[in-house]
Amino acid sequence: MSAHVNLERRRQAINGWLLFSPAAVLLTTFAFYPSVATLWSSMFSRGTRRRPTEFVGTENYVDLFADPTFWLVVKNNLIYAAATIPVSIGIALAMALWANSKISARGFVRTAYFTPTVLPMIAAANLWLFFYTPGLGVLDQIGSLFGLPSVNWLGQPETALWAIIIVTIWKEAGFFMIFYLAALQTIPEDLREAADIEGASRWTYTRRIVLPLLMPTTLFIAVNAVINSVKLIDHLFILTKGGPSDASKLILYYIWEMAFAFFHAPQAAALTILVIAVLGIVAAVQFFYLDRRTHYQ
Amino acid sequence: MRSLANFLDSFGAILLAIIWIAPLLFAFWAATHSTSDAVNLELYSPWTMDNFRVAWDGAPWLKYFINTFMLVTVILIGQFILTTLAGFAFAQLQFPGKEFIFILVLMQLFILPEVLIVENYAMVSRLGLFDTILGVGMPYMASAFGIFLMRQSFKSVPIELHEAARIEGCGLLGILWRVYVPLAKPTYLAYGLVSVSTHWNNFLWPLIVTNSPETRPLTVGLSIFGAPENGVDISVISAATMMSVAPLLIAFLIFQRQFVQAFLRAGIK
Repeated sequence: MSAHVNLERRRQAINGWLLFSPAAVLLTTFAFYPSVATLWSSMFSRGTRRRPTEFVGTENYVDLFADPTFWLVVKNNLIYAAATIPVSIGIALAMALWANSKISARGFVRTAYFTPTVLPMIAAANLWLFFYTPGLGVLDQIGSLFGLPSVNWLGQPETALWAIIIVTIWKEAGFFMIFYLAALQTIPEDLREAADIEGASRWTYTRRIVLPLLMPTTLFIAVNAVINSVKLIDHLFILTKGGPSDASKLILYYIWEMAFAFFHAPQAAALTILVIAVLGIVAAVQFFYLDRRTHYQ
Repeated sequence: MRSLANFLDSFGAILLAIIWIAPLLFAFWAATHSTSDAVNLELYSPWTMDNFRVAWDGAPWLKYFINTFMLVTVILIGQFILTTLAGFAFAQLQFPGKEFIFILVLMQLFILPEVLIVENYAMVSRLGLFDTILGVGMPYMASAFGIFLMRQSFKSVPIELHEAARIEGCGLLGILWRVYVPLAKPTYLAYGLVSVSTHWNNFLWPLIVTNSPETRPLTVGLSIFGAPENGVDISVISAATMMSVAPLLIAFLIFQRQFVQAFLRAGIK
């Protein structure tokens, strides 16, 4: 009997590994190995024709920390995250509450909110370019109706990053709305009736019943928004290229620039490792802290 | 009181909706009018299709469309196969190291392919896949998100069905194919839609890995076409933008019920 159980267990182990192996090969090739290789190459100097690469330990990191652009880019990305995460979540929540309530033109409203999600970031950037261009852009046209002076939204350091932030919020809010909508539809109708009978106002109902029930969804969305604040940089290529004077440059764009425009791969690797470390912390918080409450089973 | 609140709700919702699609509407309007009419917001100016003609002649769009289509197809097929097998292994089989490996897989949700561009570029070049559609697609095939999604979906299949199929003499792959895959159809649909729209729109990685019109997807083509160095005017850029978003946008508008429902039904919460 135990031999039979043993055999079955062994067969499952072999089958399990066999089924997982194709994914394992690709994950190793394009995720695990590159992560380790990045760490490795971040500790070597850039090879030139005269000087081959050599082990330099933490020198690339020291250089990075001494680079004022690095700190500017980090600051930009923190502002980017601090603005896009809460605002897009807030808008997404408002959208979902609206799209789930009995309002007129609900179909149109839902579609309008979700539409930016299916557009490429590059296309979104092109659309917004039409808004931001000084003199010709829609914003300036509207401003001139009220006698406001022309503003070069993308061309001045004070506004460039914010112009980028607005495009990101526009792009991701509708996507987050979907998750809220899904969660809202699982809230039983009885709760609303009970609240009505108790004479609770709509605001009280939303604040005391709906929002707490949406908490797990909010956490899930927040984690996604954090990841997006690193990932969503495509529009920089169209709108500002990180400028003017690096005022709108974000970390991933800087990594791309270092590696593929300045050809300084070790420095880019060092920066990549820092990003991975931060994302790793986010992941750890998600798995070991948040997961307890939002259980995925 | 209640009706006033309802009115304000509708008003706010519709106002936000209009703001949200305004960029798209303006681009559409600019694309269908001459440049000077577009920038001066001449509301009664005549419609024209010239911008589309100029844009279409300005770049090998047909090739770009085909490339993007090939790309999303290759990725989708790869993802379906790999995530089905792996998701099934994680959901229904016991094998040593499973828990630990699953956490490693989930780590990939955070350490995105985008972040590893430098080393992945080196890897793709080493494999001889630089400037190929397969090279663009491969890093995304073993998607952690997909594996996770499939695992969740397979876990909800009643074990009785599994046992019944086994008693009928089905092998493991047979059970997977005949029992689990059909029951997971909504998940496949949802995952497929998410995957297609993600990779139709992906930019940074294809920008790095492609180097010729033969492999370049739409997004990269569009960014090159719209680059200020090329001196293309705003109406033509708008026309090119509308052209490249049209297939996905039209598909979304037609199937939006399914699209949104797919998200909701897949239980991505």
